[in-house]
Amino acid sequence: MTPKGQAPSTGGLTLSFNESNKYKGVITISAIADIFPALIQGVEVTLKVLFASIILGYSMAFIAGFCRLSNNIILRSFTGFYVEVFRGTSLIVQLFWLFYALPMLFNFDIGSNFWAGVLAISLNYGAYMSEIVRGSILSVAKGQHEASTALNMTRFQRMRLVILPQAVRMMLPEFGNYLILMLKSTSLVSLIGMHDILYQGDLLRDANLSQAPTVYLLVLVFYFLMALPLIWLTKKMEAFSKKGVATQ
Amino acid sequence: MSETSVVTNESATESTTNNEDAIVSYKNITKSFGDVEVLKGIDLDIKPAEKVALIGPSGSGKTTIIRMLMTLEQPTSGEIIVDGKNLWHMEKNGELVPATEKHLREVRGDIGMVFQHFNLFPHMTILENCMTAPIHVQKEDKASAKKRSIEMLEKVGLGDKLDNYPSQLSGGQKQRVAMARALVMRPKVMLFDEVTSALDPELVGEVLEVIRDIAKEGEMAMVLVTHEMEFALDIADRVIFLDNGVIAEQGPPSKVLENPDNERLQQFLHRFRG
Repeated sequence: MTPKGQAPSTGGLTLSFNESNKYKGVITISAIADIFPALIQGVEVTLKVLFASIILGYSMAFIAGFCRLSNNIILRSFTGFYVEVFRGTSLIVQLFWLFYALPMLFNFDIGSNFWAGVLAISLNYGAYMSEIVRGSILSVAKGQHEASTALNMTRFQRMRLVILPQAVRMMLPEFGNYLILMLKSTSLVSLIGMHDILYQGDLLRDANLSQAPTVYLLVLVFYFLMALPLIWLTKKMEAFSKKGVATQ
Repeated sequence: MSETSVVTNESATESTTNNEDAIVSYKNITKSFGDVEVLKGIDLDIKPAEKVALIGPSGSGKTTIIRMLMTLEQPTSGEIIVDGKNLWHMEKNGELVPATEKHLREVRGDIGMVFQHFNLFPHMTILENCMTAPIHVQKEDKASAKKRSIEMLEKVGLGDKLDNYPSQLSGGQKQRVAMARALVMRPKVMLFDEVTSALDPELVGEVLEVIRDIAKEGEMAMVLVTHEMEFALDIADRVIFLDNGVIAEQGPPSKVLENPDNERLQQFLHRFRG
């Protein structure tokens, strides 16, 4: 669009990064009108992956968190193993394992790249967040257990009525941070061929290399705009969690 | 009066000997924490409606005695009989085995406790603090639990704070809520664990006032671990002095507090009264 790096007549802003013409990059405002609609097509996929990962990831966090607090040593060690493996290896490698390696090894079909992506993200973040679940439950004051025992609650009632409502308040701020991290990691699914925002951006860049700066600037803007409500939500959750917790 | 906490106990854990209809009997109870033997054989009967004050130097095991009755601490040996039922053991195939959680729940339903640090539920309003257990534990219907909770909170002088959260209350108010919360469960035995120790001195009076009112009503047995000697003298039927893990002296408050035989008790009281 702006060959040889000359200031375009149509665009308002030209940034030169390099003297050499070959690597000259520009951010072209006029091109935004072309790029924007293309990227929009990726928003739906990104959001779908995000929401599925949120639901599955938080469920995983609670399941694994409770298992690590269980009296059953087998359950506890097995969950501990899962958590350390998923925390100790890279998300992108886990994604490739789920999408490429495991189906070949065991000759099964994971169904779709959507589920491979969602599963990798939720298992990975579930592992991290299970530690938050476990830590928060453990940090509810001992006196709260004792008071609920004195009121003759069952173990389940103590957890449901007294411990968990307070533990969840402690989890919320951290959960919010992981929400934003999850949004950002959804971009990895472009690597297994899902047509999310980043994938659409890559396509545009492939079509016209000189547009790369403009494309990736807009991709950033897209992610940031999607993160804004999550940031707002995190702040709300932090405010809420300040109320009503007894810790030691 | 109470349709609540009807303890069904088909397993024949009826106590072997039941001294003069005691509601609670400690039989040769010992308790060790690691190598430290805190209680060295406690025998103690508490009669229905009896008010007992436990006094003694710190570390003498007063609090441990009532915590074992609330099932917050397990005795190392010995037995506790509550209303004819063995608390920490149950009969299974003709043998006494350690109690399960279910058995503990069946037996401890008649016991209530108020703590030094209140332990109110911070995520619930004052009213919710009181009505949660009657609804979920005793399966009382919500309207009736609410009504009784409000009445109880009015009785302890907090009828205007129903929708406040514990963090909005003073220490004395919190402790009064804690008492209301325990009382709506209609326990037969109520335990008070140094309930004024964490309070600012000017707030102690309002809490003692409530305890005195409860004591006057009679029917409930009360065990108070306390450092308030004057108060013990005032409301207790019996004062028990614990020293080094044994009951060193016990009797009516006028005798124990005014004219004690035990030398250690004399020293203890002397320190207290300055």
